[in-house]
Amino acid sequence: MAETIRTLSLIIVLAPLLGAILAGLFGKVLGRKTSHRVTVLLMFVAFFAACWVWKLTVLDHGYLNSVLYIWGESGNFTFNIGFMIDQLTAWMMLLVTFVSLLVHIYSIGYMADDSGYQRFFSYVSLFTFSMLLLVTANNFLQLFIGWEGVGLVSYLLIGFWYTKEAAIFGSFKAFIVNRVGDFGFIIGIAAVMTYFGTLDYTTVFAKAPALAKAGTVLAVIPGAPWAVLTFICLALFIGAMGKSAQMPLHVWLPESMEGPTPISALIHAATMVTAGVFMVARLSPMFELSPTALSVVLVIGATGALFTGLVAFVQHDIKRVIAYSTLSQLGYMMAAMGVSAYAAGIFHLMMHGCFKALLFLAAGSVILGMHHEQDMRKMGGLRKYMPITYITFLIGALALSAIPPFAGYYSKDAIIEAVGAASNIPGSGYAYVCLVLGAFVTAFYIFRAFFLTFHGKERFSAEVKQHVKESPWVVWLPLVGLAIPSVFAGAILAYPLLYASPSWFGKSIFVAKGNNVLATLAEHYHGWFAYALHSVTTAPFWAAVIGIVSAWVLCLLVPSWRDVLVKRLSWIYFILVKKYGFDDFNQVVIAHGSKRFGEFCYRVADAKILDDWIINGSGRAVRFGASVVRRLQTGYLYHYVFVMILGLVVFVGWFELFETHSVLAEMLKSKYF
Amino acid sequence: MHFPLLSSLIWLPVIGGVITMMVGDDRRANVARWIAAIVAIIGLLLCIPLYANFSIHTSAMQFVEKITWIKAYGVNYSVGVDGISMPMIILTNITTLVVVFASWKTIRTKVAQYMAAFLIMQGMMNGVFAATDALLFYVFWEAMLIPIYLSIGIWGSSNRSYASIKFFMFTFFGSALMLIAILYLRIHTDSFAITSFYKLKMTMAVQIFVFIAFFLAFAVKVPMWPTHTWLPDAHTEAPAGGSVVLAALMLKMGVYGFLRFSLPIVPNACQHLYWFMIVLSLIAIVYIAYIAIAQTDMKRLIAYSSVAHMGFATLGCFMIYLIIQHTGNLKDAYMSLEGGMVQMLSHAFSTGALFVGIGILYDKLHTRMIGDLGGITAKMPVFASLMMLFAMANVGLPGTSGFVGEFMVILSAFQGSFWVAVIAATTVILSACYTLWMFKRVFFGGITNPQIETLTDIGFHDKVALGILAFMVLLIGIYPEVLLRVFHASVGHLLALAHVNKLP
Repeated sequence: MAETIRTLSLIIVLAPLLGAILAGLFGKVLGRKTSHRVTVLLMFVAFFAACWVWKLTVLDHGYLNSVLYIWGESGNFTFNIGFMIDQLTAWMMLLVTFVSLLVHIYSIGYMADDSGYQRFFSYVSLFTFSMLLLVTANNFLQLFIGWEGVGLVSYLLIGFWYTKEAAIFGSFKAFIVNRVGDFGFIIGIAAVMTYFGTLDYTTVFAKAPALAKAGTVLAVIPGAPWAVLTFICLALFIGAMGKSAQMPLHVWLPESMEGPTPISALIHAATMVTAGVFMVARLSPMFELSPTALSVVLVIGATGALFTGLVAFVQHDIKRVIAYSTLSQLGYMMAAMGVSAYAAGIFHLMMHGCFKALLFLAAGSVILGMHHEQDMRKMGGLRKYMPITYITFLIGALALSAIPPFAGYYSKDAIIEAVGAASNIPGSGYAYVCLVLGAFVTAFYIFRAFFLTFHGKERFSAEVKQHVKESPWVVWLPLVGLAIPSVFAGAILAYPLLYASPSWFGKSIFVAKGNNVLATLAEHYHGWFAYALHSVTTAPFWAAVIGIVSAWVLCLLVPSWRDVLVKRLSWIYFILVKKYGFDDFNQVVIAHGSKRFGEFCYRVADAKILDDWIINGSGRAVRFGASVVRRLQTGYLYHYVFVMILGLVVFVGWFELFETHSVLAEMLKSKYF
Repeated sequence: MHFPLLSSLIWLPVIGGVITMMVGDDRRANVARWIAAIVAIIGLLLCIPLYANFSIHTSAMQFVEKITWIKAYGVNYSVGVDGISMPMIILTNITTLVVVFASWKTIRTKVAQYMAAFLIMQGMMNGVFAATDALLFYVFWEAMLIPIYLSIGIWGSSNRSYASIKFFMFTFFGSALMLIAILYLRIHTDSFAITSFYKLKMTMAVQIFVFIAFFLAFAVKVPMWPTHTWLPDAHTEAPAGGSVVLAALMLKMGVYGFLRFSLPIVPNACQHLYWFMIVLSLIAIVYIAYIAIAQTDMKRLIAYSSVAHMGFATLGCFMIYLIIQHTGNLKDAYMSLEGGMVQMLSHAFSTGALFVGIGILYDKLHTRMIGDLGGITAKMPVFASLMMLFAMANVGLPGTSGFVGEFMVILSAFQGSFWVAVIAATTVILSACYTLWMFKRVFFGGITNPQIETLTDIGFHDKVALGILAFMVLLIGIYPEVLLRVFHASVGHLLALAHVNKLP
């Protein structure tokens, strides 16, 4: 079986790469149609193989950990490229190939008029390849390679329309902010290498408990020792914060919306941004050993879940609303990691992957219908024109708001309950409040967007009205494809993934004995229907309902209240519009400061002091010296004679003063005087 | 007697250069170009048996040739390669081929002389890396200065005379001290063979003097802060080919010198002063990177980025002492040294390619200023894609060669010192800042300069030049073992030599 899994995994990973190479290098030769056919077909192959691997691992308990090739060897250290295929990987492969396949199909319609058509397909396939490399890794090196690979393609795709200033600024910003995270990541990997002597997951995981028990410390600052595992986990988590857009490294994600919408669905909602969450789950055997790291993960996640969601209140761009929603949902997933409810976090990751991709693609369908208008103030009443988009968006919104029995309910509610149950972890009280309030926030902003877009008065021009219509089938088919799991997957998968023992994650996720909150929740789980009914007694459900109702009131019923609220709460409004000032701070202090510092280094330290004063200065000094000395050579004989006599006098005087047997004294004593 | 492979690599290009100069003049420029291309291709073909027949299991010199040269003083013409110099020779020959193709269209005056200069330089450079006799090494070392000096002075841009003099003074100043050190060692060992220097015992004071003499010679070449200021000037004024050779080969001579001379000849001094070298390397990595951010001239920017990247090479070389001090295991230090060496080679490909690219743009637009450019991707998509690859290699993205060296050096630095690793790792952020910010302003955005509207994509010769480099960048990035395996034996030997106690 391992051999089959190995072959299938190779197919899964390499098929998208082949597609990327074909569409990228031979796109001109192949033409538009063949390019998309080839990439879609290869994606379909990958998806099919992923389903098969899913069956082999999740249902038949297959497992693979094998080295493909030795990347490099150096002294005591070996770097491998290899696969570790277990249940967690299988689920991720399934999600990635599924969403990627639908996004490929969707892009046929969405990108139809674009001149960079083949390039687009090539990038998307390349992204899928990198993401699959990331999830299949059996070591930190390959994880990092995939990690940077997705970062690169994300950079390329955000800046896909490279003549658009906002797009290239967004892509640059995304890359740099991610690199700040990678800085932590690479330090974390270096620490793993130093303390474990290898980068292979299994060896590292096996050695981790001993290291924790030994109490090895790392003196980051002399006198302040850190437990090594805590240090490693936190350093790696900085990487996760970059990629999974956790505060304060979240600033790049809203800007990434300048890329084409299918990308926002695939990369900035369903897959890449969840890489950090995946990483924490993958490394659960390490995080479990560091309560400090878990606590940090929990607090940062929960903070992001509430506060980034609030910013979505004041956004007018439909994609930005969903982007902030993604930030908030990523916060939920991280919070789940923090309380060791890894399964719940990954479950939410998968459900979110479906319904968030759905929301993005539906928004894209709206944008397509409105001829690339993204401002919700210029929409309204679209439900008549785009019925399929309307229904699917509604499904996505309900799933996001965690209304039972939609998918999001089962995953998100599990997270909130897990955080509530895990009272032993520092910060869990605060986190619980954030997450429950977040439920209200989520429902409010997404239904605000929903009502503004599909209900109410038509606020677009008559000209636009003429050609607003439902999108072609290649666009709405993926919507339907994503809407189905958004409705049913939660109810179906909740039990086997979260509460069953052993669950469908098997041993791929490790939870320490005292930390297993999901096991306590499992005692209260009596089937999907009972769980859905149970919701009416919980706070998050009512928070969501209040959110939906208030969105309805403020957007449709009495829109004037909105202005009153804005006026009354103007300072809050200001803070939200400014997005808590992160962007301004980064722009003014960090970006501008670095530039200034660089200019200072260059103009003052390097060009002036070092080059002009010292180096050219010594050149000048030599020239000056030469010009002075040159004057001595006058060519007049009497000058030379004069200097000779002067020299003689000086020499004799010198000997006279400092030598005991002075020549002059001898001369004076002689008989001639 | 086996086929004199190394001598062929040294003298064939020189002969080719002389022929080129005799045959071609500007009316028959293509003849000169083709002769140069053929000679360069033969050079590269000769590298195939060099790599194929090279035994990775020994640290001894291979392909050895030895002829008495000046008997009275014990000078031999002796050449040979080990795992450290063999890749450098291949690099030299690849680079020359790239230079010939990259200059095909851009050099229009004195073509024959230009090509000849670079062919002769190729020969001298092969000589530098192959020489096992110190005086022979010195002769090649100095001889290669002449063609590069001429190439800057003749084919350079407006401020070329200042740049070429500055360059010459700097490097010559260092070399003079190196000669003194070599002569000192010669007097005390009675031989010019470099290996005989390895056995000489010296007091700490003497070792430190010798170290400083070598240090000044090599640090100027690398260049290490604060002896780097000749580099931006030389790069800016040099023609594209000159910049490529400067970045890809000349800078490597400095690190090669550290490996061949400083570490094994004066190990105690190195062990005593390693912190000094580490500090200088870290200054290069951080401070110079900030300077690169502030640049407005593309060539200057890449020149400064070169200095920052070479900081990793020197860091890798001298981190070994700290690592072994910390872990006590010689094997732990392999990665540091090998990382530094990979960085050296990788830098040659990525930076060399960026200079080729800037040369192409300069030829078409006559400006190197970032502010004058913008939106080039729209007109030159193939070129822009290739440049993106090289920019990413410069940033150190996994999958490209730039990642391998940095990654290995950072990982091994952590074993020696946490803070050194952290400071070195800032390159992850800083290199992305200066490289991609430049890329964004030059290649993306709207077209502001009407001249850019008239651009056409790169032609065949440039595609060949960049294609070769792209292949190397990806090969080392995806499968670095192809390079690392060559290093192991020699690096092990070098590490042992670098830890011998040579105090009397």
